[in-house]
Amino acid sequence: MTTDALVRASSRLGEQTLLSIYWTMLLSRRLDERAWALHRQGKIHFHISAMGQEAAQVGAAFAIQRGVDYVNPYYRDLALSIAIGITPFDIMMSLFAKQGEYSSGGRQMPAHFNSRRLNLVGGSSVVATQVPQTAGLAFAIKYRQKTGLADPADATQPRVALTCLGEGSTSQGEWHEGMNWAGVHRLPMICLVQNNAYAISVPVDSQMAVANVADRAAGYGIPGVVVDGNDVLAVYDAVREAVERAYAGEGATLIEAKTYRLTPHSSDDDDRSYRTREEVELWKGRDPIPRFRQYLQAEGILSPEQAEAYERRARVEVDSAQAAAEAAPDPSPEEALGAVYAPAEGGS
Amino acid sequence: MTQITLIEAIRRGMDEEMARDPRVFLTGEDVGVRGGVFRATQGLFEKYGPDRVIDSPLAELSIVAVGIGAALAELRPICEIQFADFIHPAFNQIVSEAARFYYRTSGAWRVPLVIRAPYGGGVSGGLYHSQSVEAFYAHVPGLKVVIPSTPYDAKGLLKSAVRDPNPVLFFEPKKGYRAIKGDVPDADSPEGDYTVPIGQARVAREGRDLSVYAYGMMAHYSEKAAEIVAREDGIDVEVIDLRTLLPLDKAAVLASVRKTGKALIVYEDNLTMGFGAEIAALIADEAFDSLDGPIRRLAGPDVPGVPYAHTLQEFYMPNPHTIAAAMRDLAAY
Ligand SMILES: Cc1ncc(C[n+]2csc(CCOP(=O)(O)OP(=O)(O)O)c2C)c(N)n1
Ligand SMILES: [Mg+2]
Repeated sequence: MTTDALVRASSRLGEQTLLSIYWTMLLSRRLDERAWALHRQGKIHFHISAMGQEAAQVGAAFAIQRGVDYVNPYYRDLALSIAIGITPFDIMMSLFAKQGEYSSGGRQMPAHFNSRRLNLVGGSSVVATQVPQTAGLAFAIKYRQKTGLADPADATQPRVALTCLGEGSTSQGEWHEGMNWAGVHRLPMICLVQNNAYAISVPVDSQMAVANVADRAAGYGIPGVVVDGNDVLAVYDAVREAVERAYAGEGATLIEAKTYRLTPHSSDDDDRSYRTREEVELWKGRDPIPRFRQYLQAEGILSPEQAEAYERRARVEVDSAQAAAEAAPDPSPEEALGAVYAPAEGGS
Repeated sequence: MTQITLIEAIRRGMDEEMARDPRVFLTGEDVGVRGGVFRATQGLFEKYGPDRVIDSPLAELSIVAVGIGAALAELRPICEIQFADFIHPAFNQIVSEAARFYYRTSGAWRVPLVIRAPYGGGVSGGLYHSQSVEAFYAHVPGLKVVIPSTPYDAKGLLKSAVRDPNPVLFFEPKKGYRAIKGDVPDADSPEGDYTVPIGQARVAREGRDLSVYAYGMMAHYSEKAAEIVAREDGIDVEVIDLRTLLPLDKAAVLASVRKTGKALIVYEDNLTMGFGAEIAALIADEAFDSLDGPIRRLAGPDVPGVPYAHTLQEFYMPNPHTIAAAMRDLAAY
């Protein structure tokens, strides 16, 4: 190993990129908070939150070629999706299920992030199904490179496929089968497990008999990495290393980001039955956003005035997204039909 | 034209599509050097190599899920499930995922995927190598379900399936793999690259007295039964080979019964909630005025699978003689 490789990849991020990471986390948080408020006001039916997990998500997003590399997210990936290019207006349209809503035209519940243009795959609600599919996306990347349909050095084409899920969802056979393909075929795939300690109410030790999800990587013949999921730059470093391995044809990586969700599972959940307020308060003290802000301020990258300006900008963006979405029309009823089958291609 | 078997037609269909489109690849259990346990992929590993003919892990859900992912990335996977009996672990991926991608993303992502699976009984396969699984999937909008019964249709429909931008389940009547032979244009002849459109039934035999609806091995048997009753009883049966169960060719179903006034549906799946129920409902709903008799179904008995012992299996399976008996019965009504 050269000395250079020992230097953290994040240490090469410029100030603008660091500020952009901070802004993305902050915007996601303020949007997320507004969604909870809208739910309390009875204006929306459902919200599921990324609060507390923004560092894991944004750190990962910034480590890939955003909008080019495939991302197969899960319902909690609000901050990740914002980092990829989904806008507050898109999110508000989903929360209100308005006509032409970006992810599904109002067919799916909110939090089914999707963009064909950005190679962000619109998932289902069935946990872990995206993992073996991501092996398929990664398989396609490798297939195109091996059969000459794509140039491995062409950065305008996807070169890695990233998927996310919660630690509880790794109990599914879907996860196992996807990881096994990734190992057997040395696929350019990254599985980022956001371990927030609970699957709704069920704690980790009821899901698995090992200390870390990442310990299971050995069973698939791939590296497994545990990272502090509330340290955005640590997540960036871990995912960046996995991206480099994937780009170099060295196969898949399992990354486990240890984190915590600061809200109940969803707007339908009451977390008081299964976790103490003390525990939640403890983790509020480890909130990744103030933590990164303090880091940026200590490094002289972010001034208190700038931080305040970001706050104002986030409020304006969320306000205007909400206003525009509230004013938008509902889908017309017959839009429930349509888009069941893709039309045949002209010619072949 | 050359006479070839059903399985040879399927193999040629895959071969020609792989030669035509470099995005087409095969995966499944033992599809590589072994050429598939039924030899459907024989020679393709040698011809196209390990990058395009891939032995999968022994894991059906991920055979399908990897196919879905590759299809999302606009490759053209053909996934083989070794026996339709073993497709159930992939039910979640087929029903919740492949079928719904297009709808749930309002047309943003499509899944151009073919899943091939040998199905059906009469092969001494017992409960777990004989099942008919079509009814589960024919219930799911977003999927296409195709079941050929002749070599010509098998090749033409398989090529259409590969070119279709939607997930297609292609169920192959394995008892007919070598038993059914038929003419197929040679690849280098002018009509060599023919396709058979998905969603169109075929009048396998024209007749005036009653309509029989069938698919797969039962279409083949129904034609045989029609010959028996024509010869022995002078009954003139029309046989409709449905070929595609989803989307169903409703016009062809209705046109035949409007002509004959009587309908018999033959399928080897067990009777209750099988595909025949849908045909019966369609006819009752839209061709009631044309009916001169009850709509009849001849199917397997309602037991949890096709039993193994010779006598039990024969009892389970409809055959040309039991079909002929049902034809006579309905004709006499
Ligand atoms: C197959 C399936 N079973 C159950 C559910 C209901 N469900 C949704 S999220 C969830 C918990 C998931 O926990 P985890 O994987 O740890 O992710 P987290 O929500 O904690 O981020 C459950 C049980 C589901 N969506 N899919
Ligand atoms: Mg969890």
